[in-house]
Amino acid sequence: MARVLGTSIKRREDPALITGRGKYTDDLKAEGMAHAAIVRSPYAHARIRGIDTSGAEALPGVLAVLTARDVAAAGIPGVVPVGWLLPDLKTPAHPMIAADTVRHVGDAVAVVVAEDRYLARDAADRVAVDYEPLDAVADVVAALEDGAPAVHEEAPGNVAFDWEIGEREPVDTAFASAAHTVELDLRNNRLIPHAIEPRAVLASFDSSTGEMTIHMTSQNPHVHRLLMTLASLGMPEHKVRIVAPEVGGGFGSKIHHYADEAIVGLCSMKLDRPVKWTATRTETNLTDAHGRDHSTRCALALDADGRITGLRVDTAAAMGAYLSTFAPAVPTYLYGTLMSGQYDIPAIHCHVTGVFTHTAPVDAYRGAGRPEATYVVERLMHLAGEATGLGPVEVRRRNFVSPDAFPYQTQVALAYDSGNYGPAMDRALEMIGYDDLRSQQASRRDNGGKQIGIGFSSYIEACGLAPSAVVGSLGAQAGQWESADVRVHPTASVTVYTGSSSHGQGHETTFSQIVADKLGIDPEAVEVIHGDTDLVQFGMGTYGSRSAAVGGSAIVKSVEKIIEKGKKIAAHLLEASAEDLEYEDGSFRVAGSPDRALALGDVALQAYLAHNYPDDLEPGLSATSFYDPANFTYPFGTHVCVVEVDTETGSIDLLRYAAVDDVGNVINPMIVDGQLHGGLAQGIGQALWENAVYDESGQLVSGSLMDYAVPKIHNLIPFELDRTTTPCPHNPLGVKGVGEAGAIASPAAVVNAVVDALAPYGISHIDMPLTPEKVWRAVNA
Amino acid sequence: MYPAQFDYRRAGSVDEALSLLQENEDAKLMAGGHSLIPMMKLRLAQPPVVIDIGRLDELKGISEANGSVRVGSLTTHADIAASDVLAAHCPVLAEAAGHIGDAQVRNRGTIGGNIAHADPGSDIPPVLVLLGASVHLQSPSGTRSVAAGDFFQDLLMTDVGEDEILTHVEAPALGAGTGAAYLKFEHPASGYAVVGAAAAVTVQGGRCTGAGLVVGGVSATPTTVDVSSLVGTDLSDDAIAAAASGLDAEDPIGDIFASGDYRVHVGKVYGKRALAAARDRA
Ligand SMILES: Cc1cc2nc3c(=O)[nH]c(=O)nc-3n(C[C@H](O)[C@H](O)[C@H](O)COP(=O)(O)OP(=O)(O)OC[C@H]3O[C@@H](n4cnc5c(N)ncnc54)[C@H](O)[C@@H]3O)c2cc1C
Repeated sequence: MARVLGTSIKRREDPALITGRGKYTDDLKAEGMAHAAIVRSPYAHARIRGIDTSGAEALPGVLAVLTARDVAAAGIPGVVPVGWLLPDLKTPAHPMIAADTVRHVGDAVAVVVAEDRYLARDAADRVAVDYEPLDAVADVVAALEDGAPAVHEEAPGNVAFDWEIGEREPVDTAFASAAHTVELDLRNNRLIPHAIEPRAVLASFDSSTGEMTIHMTSQNPHVHRLLMTLASLGMPEHKVRIVAPEVGGGFGSKIHHYADEAIVGLCSMKLDRPVKWTATRTETNLTDAHGRDHSTRCALALDADGRITGLRVDTAAAMGAYLSTFAPAVPTYLYGTLMSGQYDIPAIHCHVTGVFTHTAPVDAYRGAGRPEATYVVERLMHLAGEATGLGPVEVRRRNFVSPDAFPYQTQVALAYDSGNYGPAMDRALEMIGYDDLRSQQASRRDNGGKQIGIGFSSYIEACGLAPSAVVGSLGAQAGQWESADVRVHPTASVTVYTGSSSHGQGHETTFSQIVADKLGIDPEAVEVIHGDTDLVQFGMGTYGSRSAAVGGSAIVKSVEKIIEKGKKIAAHLLEASAEDLEYEDGSFRVAGSPDRALALGDVALQAYLAHNYPDDLEPGLSATSFYDPANFTYPFGTHVCVVEVDTETGSIDLLRYAAVDDVGNVINPMIVDGQLHGGLAQGIGQALWENAVYDESGQLVSGSLMDYAVPKIHNLIPFELDRTTTPCPHNPLGVKGVGEAGAIASPAAVVNAVVDALAPYGISHIDMPLTPEKVWRAVNA
Repeated sequence: MYPAQFDYRRAGSVDEALSLLQENEDAKLMAGGHSLIPMMKLRLAQPPVVIDIGRLDELKGISEANGSVRVGSLTTHADIAASDVLAAHCPVLAEAAGHIGDAQVRNRGTIGGNIAHADPGSDIPPVLVLLGASVHLQSPSGTRSVAAGDFFQDLLMTDVGEDEILTHVEAPALGAGTGAAYLKFEHPASGYAVVGAAAAVTVQGGRCTGAGLVVGGVSATPTTVDVSSLVGTDLSDDAIAAAASGLDAEDPIGDIFASGDYRVHVGKVYGKRALAAARDRA
C-alpha cells in the first residue's frame, strides 16, 4: 500500500462546494420557518430611554418584537459569558439584549421576527428607540486617559485587566548596561475577520419535546452548546443539538459565542417555530469579534556583539465593549508568552493592559496574539540589525536558540520542545537570491526612482492548543483536548467522529489520510463526521492550528486501540498469541509466518459476528479517545518579502514573497500550501490594506467592503514556498499545525521590507496598514 | 442587505421605457443593476418601481462613422474593452473600460449606467470629458445631446432629466498623430479610481499641436487640467510635469484611504504619467 500521509490527494470536500451543492446555514429551510432582524444601536454609547415597538408590531406578518424586557420575563440567564478568566479581571455583564445602555454601534436592542426577511427588515426600521447619546471612546489609548468616558462602571479607567509576564528587574539591568538599544512605538491595526459566509443561525425549538436544534456557523458546536445553554438560554444541555453545516470560513470569528445566536434561540422558544437569521455584511462588520488593536511601546537591549540581553514590552490591548469568549487570553497568554521569538533572550518583561472601548469586542482572529507578538519581536530585530550594523540576517542568526538547546525554556513560560532555526533562514536566503537582491537595491538607491526593500520575519508560534491542565491554570474555563471516535464497520470501511469542526480546512480529506495510512486502507474507505453535537462526542473544535496536532492525535490513539483489539481477535482466529501479531498493510500477521494472516475485513466481520470470538472480549471494533497534548507545538520559519516602493506616490508593489516554514510532518502538502497562501494573504492584507477605523464618536467608518480593503487576488503575487521538517516530538504524528503561520509571520516581513526600502529617507517605522498616503507622507516628512 | 419593496417592470422598447417612466413617479431605470441594486440593498435608494431596460438591443453596440465613434448606452464594459472598432479608433475608451471592477462587473455594468450613476471614482467620465464626447438623451418630447463636460454636475448628479433615457454617447475618433492613455490609481477596497487620469496629445513634426488632461476621483466631477502650455513643445518630461502640476481642485474628495491633498498630489503624478504615456503612443 502506497503511503497516503504526505501526499497531495485532492480535497474530497470540493466537488460539492464548487458545484454549489454544499449546504450552508442560510441554505437550510425548516417547515414554518420565520425570520429575525436585529435592531442595533446606531450610537457607540447611549442610554436607552424607551423603546416603542408598536409600529413594528402593527405590520401584518410581524410575529414578535422582543427587547431586554422579554429576556428578563423569560427567566433565563440571558447573558453572553467570557470563557477565560485572568486574575482581577473585570467581568461586567454582557446582556444578550441591551437593557438600559448600549456600548457600541451594533449592540442589539431588539429583535423582530416576521414571516419573511424583507418584512423583518422593514419592521426593524419601525422599532423606535429613544436614545440619550453619551460620550464614547473608541481608541485604545484615549480610553486610558484621565476622564475618558467609562464603558462600564465596574471597570474604573476602562481597565479590564492588568497583566504581566517575565521579570522587570533583570530587564532594567540589561538595558542599563546595553551596548545598543532600539525602541519602537507601534500600533497593531484592528482587523475585521471577513469570513466569506456571514454568521447565520437557524434555531428550531419544539415545545412538544422541549428540544431545540440550532444550525449555526460554528467552529466549535459543543462549546457553543455549553455557553448557549449555561449562560444564555438556560436550557438543559442535553435538550439542545447544535449542528454546524458547511461553514464558509471563520478565522476565529465563529469560535465565539455571540448575543445574536442566543437571541434567535430565544425567538424560536417564544414562538415555538423555527427562526432564521443571517447577518448582513454590515452586521458582521459591526458585530463579529474584531482582531488585534494594540498600542505598544517596546525596546530591545543588545550587547556589543549584537546578542540580545533584554526585551521590554508594554501594550494596551483593546477588548471592545464586552469581553468576548476568549478575549482576555489573546493579548496575554497567546501574546506575552511568544516574546522570545526564535531567540535566546535572557531577560524579558511584558506588561499588558486590557482596555474597554466603545467598539465591537476584540477576540481571537487568525493567529490570535501571535501575529502581534511576532510583529513586536521582528520589527525590533529589524531595527537591531540596523543599530548594530549586523544587518537583518546576521543579527537574527546570532541570537537564534541553538539547535542543541532544545527543549528550550523561555523567560516567558513556554518551553519550546524542538526547533532548528538556521536551515529555514538559509533556505529562504537561497530561494530569494539574497546577495543579488542587495546589489539590485544598491543600484536603485544610486539611480533614484522606485526603491526596493527586503524584509525578514523569523517567527515562532505556539499552537496545537493545548495541555488542558496548563490552560486551566492560566484561567481557561475549558479543556483543550480533542476527541475521536473511530468505528470500523463489518466490511472494514471506517467512520471517524471527530470533535474538531472543519470550516474550510479540509479535515475530511486529511483525517481520512491519517486513518487510511495507519490502517493501510484506501482513504476513500474512510468517512469523517464532524460538527454535530448529537452525532459526535464532546469535542473542542477547530481553532489555534490545533486540529491535526490534537484532533489528529486523538484519531491515531483510537486507531491504535482498534489495532490492539484487532490483534486479540486475529490471534484467536489464527490460534496465535496476540503478542506475536503485527499489523501491516491492512492485515494482521503472525510475525515470522507470512502466510498466517487475516485482512482487516476478516477481523472486523468477526468482531461484529462474534461467533468465533475470544471469551474475554466485547464485540465490535470501535474506539473513542480523548487526547490531551503534552505541550503546545512550535512551528517556525523564516519569511522574506521583497517590495518596490514608488516614492513619488507611496505605492507599494510586492515583488517576491518566499516562505520557508517548519510545520513538522505534513499530512497533505497541497492543503498545507493552501493554508499558507490564505494566511499570507491575510497577513499581507493587514500590513498593506486592512484597517477597522472608528471615528471619535465611535462610528465604524470602514464598515463596508467599499472602505475596508480585503486583499484581492490581483493585489497578490505567487508565493514561493518551501519547508524544513522538524517533527513535533510529543505527538504521534509529529505534526505541528499550519493554519495561522502565514498570518503570523507576514505582517512583519512586509513592513520590514518597506522600511528597508525607505532607509535612505531616514524612515524607521510606519504603522500598518502601509497605505500609499502614509508612505508618501513619511517620505516627504 | 434587503431592499425595500418595489415593483419590477421590463421595458420591451425605448418608447415603452419612456412611457413607464412617465406613468410611475420616482421610478428608476435599471441597466446592469450594478450600481442601482447595491444602493437599493443598503436602502439608500427605495424606488417604488424599477424599470428594467437591460434587454433593449437597440441601445447596445459600437460603431464608427464619419470620424466619430458611437457607443450604445447599454453596451457593457466588457464589450467596450474588447471592441475592435474602439481599438482602431478610440483605444483609450476601451483601456478605461478594461480597468473597471472585475470580469463580472464588466460583464454586467454598462456605459450608460456608469455615467448616469456618476460616481466620482468611475473610470469612464474623465475619458469622455477628455474626448469631448457628447451624451445623447431621449424623452417623450424628443432627443437632445449634451457635451460630456456639462453632463456631470455634481456627486452622483448628471444632466439626465426625470423623463429621459440615455441612448448613446458619441466621441470623435482619435486622428493620426494622436496618442491617449488612461491611468488608474485603484482604491484597494472599492476598486474604483482614487485617481484616474485621462490624457491625450497630438504630435505633428515632433511638436505638440494639441494636448488634454482630465483627472477623475479628485473632485465630485472630472477635473480638466489646462495643459495648453504643452502646445508647441517637444513634450519633454519637464514640460509634461509642469503642465500636469496645474491640477487644482477647490474641494477635493477625501476618505480614510486618501485625503484630498493626497489625491491632488497623486492626480498630478498620474496626470504626468498619463501624458507621458500618451506622448509615447502618439
Ligand atoms: C463590485 C463593483 C465594482 C465596480 N468597480 C468599478 C470601477 O472600478 N470603475 C467604475 O467606473 N465602475 C465600477 N463599478 C460600477 C459599474 O461600472 C457599474 O456597472 C456602473 O456604474 C453602473 O452601470 P449599470 O449598467 O450597472 O447601471 P445600473 O446600476 O443599472 O444603473 C445605475 C444608475 O444609472 C441609471 N441608468 C442606467 N442606465 C440608464 C440609461 N440608459 N438612461 C438613464 N439612466 C440610466 C439608473 O437608473 C441608476 O440610477 C463597480 C460596480 C461594482 C458592483
